[in-house]
Formats: sequence, C-alpha cells, structure tokens
Amino acid sequence: MSFDIAVTVRLGEAVVGALVPNDGRDAGLTVLFGPSGVGKSSVLNMVAGLLRPAAGHVRVGGRTLFDAAAGIDMPVAERCCGYVFQEPRLFPHRRVAANLRYGMGRGEAPIGYDDIVELLGLRGLLDRWPVTLSGGEAKRVAIGRALLSGARFLLMDEPLASLDRARREEVMATIERLRDALRLPILYVTHDAAEADRLATRIVAM
Amino acid sequence: MPDSAEWAIVLLSLKIGGVAMLAALPVAYALAWALARGRFPGRVLLDGIVHLPLVLPPVVTGWLLLLAFAPNGPVGRWLEAWFGVSVLFRWSGAAIAAAVMALPLMVRAIRLSIEGVDRKLESVARTLGASRARVFWSVTAPLSLPGVLAGMVLGFARALGEFGATITFVSNVPGETATLPLAIYSALQVPGGEASVVRLAGMSVALSLAALVVSEWLARRGGRNVHVL
Repeated sequence: MSFDIAVTVRLGEAVVGALVPNDGRDAGLTVLFGPSGVGKSSVLNMVAGLLRPAAGHVRVGGRTLFDAAAGIDMPVAERCCGYVFQEPRLFPHRRVAANLRYGMGRGEAPIGYDDIVELLGLRGLLDRWPVTLSGGEAKRVAIGRALLSGARFLLMDEPLASLDRARREEVMATIERLRDALRLPILYVTHDAAEADRLATRIVAM
Repeated sequence: MPDSAEWAIVLLSLKIGGVAMLAALPVAYALAWALARGRFPGRVLLDGIVHLPLVLPPVVTGWLLLLAFAPNGPVGRWLEAWFGVSVLFRWSGAAIAAAVMALPLMVRAIRLSIEGVDRKLESVARTLGASRARVFWSVTAPLSLPGVLAGMVLGFARALGEFGATITFVSNVPGETATLPLAIYSALQVPGGEASVVRLAGMSVALSLAALVVSEWLARRGGRNVHVL
C-alpha cells in the first residue's frame, strides 16, 4: 500500500484535515488537490513529522509513522521521507554536490548518486553554489537531494510553483520520469487541475 | 619606537583580551541561542541580566566582581577552597572583568545572526535524516558564523579597551593587570609621560584596526558573501 492517511490538526481558528485512503498499490503518484489555503502543505508537514496531528494516523508503505490512538510518533529523521518543498531550500553554504550528499547514508536510496545526477541532468551543476542556480535547476537539485536521503516515499509541495513556463515543462518531465522509473509512492500537492490530470495516478480532493 | 616595557604592556593586553574573548565565546553563544530560540519563563529577566554590564557604570560591575571574588565572597571562597587560587590583582582577574564587559556585545551580535538563520533549512535537514546535533553543526552553526566573527571582533575590541571594571576589580598592577588603557592612564599621571602616552595610544589604534581587518579577511576567506564590517 502507498499512503493511508487520516489526520486533523488545529491551526489557530481553522481545523485542517485530510483523508487519503489506502489504495492497495505500492507506488504511483497521489495528487492532493485543492484550492490555495485549504491546508495542503500542513498535511505534508504532518506526514513528514514537522507538524504533530491532533488525531488520526499516517501509514506509508506499511510503516506506521504516526498513530494518535496507539501513541506512535516516529521522529522526523527516521521517517525516511524525501520532502521537496515549494521553495528549493538548498543549503546556501554547500555546493550542489554537497547538498546532494547531505542525506546519504540513511538506509538504501531508491537510486544511486551517479544515476540521480544522470536522470536529473545535474552533471554540469555539481560544483556550483546554490545562489547561482536558476529556479528549475535548484528544484532539480532539491529533488535529487530528497531522493538520495534514503527516501522510501516522496512528498512534493507544489514543485512547479514560481517557475516560468519552460522550467515548468522541464521539472514536470523530470517528475514523470521519476514516477515511472522508481517504484516509490509520491504524495503531490497542487491547486492546478491540468498539472494534476497529467501527473496523477490518483487524485484526492481536499 | 615603543620600548620593551611598552611591548610587554601590549602583549599583556593581547593575552588578557584574547583569553577574555575566547572564554566568553561559548557562554555568549549559549546565551544567544537561549535568547533567540528559547521559550522559557524568565527569558526577559535573563536578557536584562546579560545586558547589565552594558548599562551599569563599569565601576559598579567591577565592585560586584570584587564582592563575588573576594576571599570570603561566594565565588572567591570556592576558588580558594578547591584550587587554592585567587584572581585578585592577577591577570586572570583582569580577563574575567574584560570577559564580563565584552559578553553583552558578543551575545547581541551572535543572537542577531542566529535569529537570521532560516528555520526552514533546519527542517529540511531533519527530513533528510539529520539528528538535532547534526542540524546544529551542519546548518545552524555555519550559517550563524558571520555573527560569531562579528561578536569575536567586538568582544576582543571591548576587552582590549576595558578600564573601569578592571581597575576597580583587580587594580592597576604593572605587569599583571595594567593593560593598555590602564597604562595610558598611569602615564598621564606622570610628568613627562606624554611621549609614552602617544606610543601606547598608537598601539591601541593599530591593534583595534588589525582585529577588524583580520576578521574581515577571515569572513571573506569563508566566502559566500559573509561580511563583518
């Protein structure tokens, strides 16, 4: 099974919740679809362990990451989640290669360093500082870094936001390749219907 | 040119200023961290206490140190009993006075840079599998380095210039606690001491400038648009 999520949390006045039922498949790209401001990013943060749900459970690939009733709350570092944030969030004081290698060594990565560099077209960027990268390049590095950290599943928070048309196409093609090449569950947040239709193996509305 | 006695004063000042700054550094970082990130009762009070040496008359700070480190004072008694030492009239006492006076400036500089570290980068590091300790050493510490360097320079300069607390706490003992400012003050009291004053004052200016230049050079060598000045 890929994702089996039922969480709620109170954020100020609002209550944010999401239900992603188990679909019985062990890979594929699940789009979490909904308008801006509905709390999609908070759901990803709860899956990653950066935000603690008030109630519910989070199970990915058969592992229970959080279960309020059973008192399970796995530490962030042990969840083995590859989280690609909306902004690339590269470490500004490390070159691209060092950014890519930051999380290596936590369990077996779904894909090796050289393969990632090839797949994402990063060969020419390895010695660069993050500030010198374009938006699309930085996004590809962030995806590579997440995958190399021994990720057992990916979380992607509007990875195409803040990219121009050409860059969107470039990153979208990359994500399609990842989805088809790696047997890795991906939870993908977007508010763009066309993007959801093109990438999703299933769509969950929020 | 300065004579050998004046060089000895410069060396003593460097020793006291350097030791004071280095000893205050870990304390300053810990305090800066607590003030920038901590959410605990008494944070405002701690903030106030840290800043006291900046706003109190230095003579009062020196007098408080004297009370604490006197042979029957709370710290002095303990030092005497455990190590059989006293810092009164010693260079180590001068370093303590300088460290206490430098501390608030160092805390302020370091705190600003810790507050400037993007917490989002720390949460990425955690999702990539880093322990809390690794997050600190690989992300927070290097990104707050400019503030640490700035704090070191400010602290060192402040320690070199320390006068009021030092003379109150450990007096003006030539060769032991008489740093540049105290030696300049002494020379001013002596008829015909003007030439010596000029040379010692010149050394003070040169030292302070050198500290600034070295720190700027260190920051540039670290690269990545880090600046102290």
